[in-house]
Amino acid sequence: MVWKLFTAFLKIGCLSIGGGYAVIPLIQEQVVEAEGWISEKMFTDIITISQMTPGPLAVNTSTFVGLQAGGTVGALAATAGCILCGLVISLALYKFFQTYQTSAYVLEVLNGLKSASLGLIISAAFTIILLALCGGNKPGLDLLSFNWTALLLLLAMLSVLRRWKLNPVAVIFISGIAGFILYR
Amino acid sequence: MLKKSIKTYAWLLAVNLFISTFTFGGGYIVVPMVRRFFVEKKQYFTEEDLTDMAAVAQAAPGAIAVNLSALAGYRAAGTAGALISCCGAVIPPLVILTVISACYQIFVSNVTAAAVLKGMESGAAALMVDLITDMSAMILKKKSLFLSAMVPPAFIANFILGINVALILFVCCFLCVLQVFCKRRM
Repeated sequence: MVWKLFTAFLKIGCLSIGGGYAVIPLIQEQVVEAEGWISEKMFTDIITISQMTPGPLAVNTSTFVGLQAGGTVGALAATAGCILCGLVISLALYKFFQTYQTSAYVLEVLNGLKSASLGLIISAAFTIILLALCGGNKPGLDLLSFNWTALLLLLAMLSVLRRWKLNPVAVIFISGIAGFILYR
Repeated sequence: MLKKSIKTYAWLLAVNLFISTFTFGGGYIVVPMVRRFFVEKKQYFTEEDLTDMAAVAQAAPGAIAVNLSALAGYRAAGTAGALISCCGAVIPPLVILTVISACYQIFVSNVTAAAVLKGMESGAAALMVDLITDMSAMILKKKSLFLSAMVPPAFIANFILGINVALILFVCCFLCVLQVFCKRRM
């Protein structure tokens, strides 16, 4: 069972390029449909939990599924499988780029990847901003559900960040306290 | 020497535990965190190196946050550093999810937890805007029209059209190779 968990999540880890929510259908197919380790409802619950807690979705799911199917050892095996492939490939890829930095092709591909990843980061930022301001991840014109408090909080945190280079963890902490005061 | 490296390993483990505990809102939020601790505080590498790493962490399979932590650890203390950072990055979600899975129903219906998390969403959004501003400045500084022009299509393809990330990155690599090839031919 432990070995099965490890290989299933190794497969998920290897095939999930781009991270985040692109992984959802892949995990669903492996864990819910093929193996039946958890139910559809439980999987939706994990996605909800992942939105509210730190940590990557794939790691959170592997922990949860591992616990359900094989206890603590299962959770550890699933998580190890899930991160192994990315770890090895990103280290190898990074070494490759460092070694062949003099090649015009390699340099340009790395520069291009940087540009594309900025585009993807902006895309991720939009998702977070929409979630914070409108409560959903699809752009809507519903002005009634627009959260002005969240916008003000965002702008306040941003100006503090730009002016004093505040510690990112402090920013998360302060905005958490502000949320407690403003929304409770 | 040995004492110094143990100190570095301990710092790596602590800082990654710390970063990972506060990565609400997706893997990219790790980038400003790594920038703060590895680039600004300890100066293990430059901001330019960080964008290299972010691009590699993005292009490799798996969770971006874990990949980036491992790369930062690698730059700071070699392969052992990468493994230690990776453990540091994985332990907090493992522990937190174990606790939460035991009391899920109580957690989702708790008003206070929801209010705090709603506030944190705004903070995470502010961090992302801050990061994007600096990264855009860095790419514009290169004064390459080709590289600058690649950003908006990547954004549109992913956010509006919902195209698979792997495909976007593949097309981007292909265009880069094609561009160098054409330049050499001329």
